[in-house]
Amino acid sequence: MTWFSIIVAGILTYFTRMTMIALVDREMLGDRIKAVLEYVPSAVFPAIIFPAIFINDYGSFVEMNDPKIFGAIVAIIVGYFSKNIIATIISGLISYWVLIFIFNF
Amino acid sequence: MLTKKQLFTQGMMDISPHMLSVIPFGIICGAIGVELGFDPYLVYAMSFIIFGGASQIVFLQLLSGGASSLVAVTSVGIINSRHLLYGAVLSEYLEKLSFIKKLLISYVVVDQGFAESNKFFKKNKTEQHLHYHLIGTGCTMWVCWQIATLSGIILGSFVPEELGLKFAIPLTFIAIVVQDLKKIDHVIVMITCGLSSLLFFDAPFKSYIIISPVIALFVASLILRLKK
Repeated sequence: MTWFSIIVAGILTYFTRMTMIALVDREMLGDRIKAVLEYVPSAVFPAIIFPAIFINDYGSFVEMNDPKIFGAIVAIIVGYFSKNIIATIISGLISYWVLIFIFNF
Repeated sequence: MLTKKQLFTQGMMDISPHMLSVIPFGIICGAIGVELGFDPYLVYAMSFIIFGGASQIVFLQLLSGGASSLVAVTSVGIINSRHLLYGAVLSEYLEKLSFIKKLLISYVVVDQGFAESNKFFKKNKTEQHLHYHLIGTGCTMWVCWQIATLSGIILGSFVPEELGLKFAIPLTFIAIVVQDLKKIDHVIVMITCGLSSLLFFDAPFKSYIIISPVIALFVASLILRLKK
């Protein structure tokens, strides 16, 4: 049963990837929709970022002094100025580790 | 004009920094699956059949928590429905491909690959074999994901949990959108999406992951109307 569910979940997931690329003709989308689609990265990724920072493993909000919030702010500043993905990730992780391991947050 | 090989390599290069967070996350995903008591073959098969990071963990957690298969499958479908948006954006650049190639390339469309290839496509619209960049990002992700989840399944969680490496995932996505903070319209769209995701976090089937982008895109369309 679990195997069957995985295959169905896999087919569903594949369809989410394939539908707009292979089945929908781009001309069916009007100019306005195309202009709105420019915003897709900004409209999708915060839905991954915000909960991962502000909500803990138990599904409740973190405190305002949570080390993840601090790490994210550092990563945003470093990323903004360095334009470097590795620097962004590393700076966020290190500032987070400094808080939890050295300052025992 | 860049060759297919150059484009493929460029795709690999553009996505590889993200492996810093993808690989630890993959290891954690593999290890959690086995810890939850699932057959290791089954846990690995998900990386191949579903190939979708967080949705794989959610699927196993739901099943082990006693949810029905229907709930678990629906959740995977909803979590991954964001790919519809990626596809709509990418279709502009993949229009000329044959149907079969479109079917094949679709399998490797992932968050970070979409983000990096889309950035590259916007800057290099005139290139002829653009899709090789997407194949480069997608295949790199695929290989790393298979190796990472497999290592987690075989070796267990050898990444110490205290390190909190799950935190690398939001950092990866911060790195993707951070340059758009220069544009006020994008900032508004991002904040709308982020706040909506917190507001709807408890909505059924993890649907916040698609509800908040839809709200944010609606706000984006309002912004476009005001700009005119």
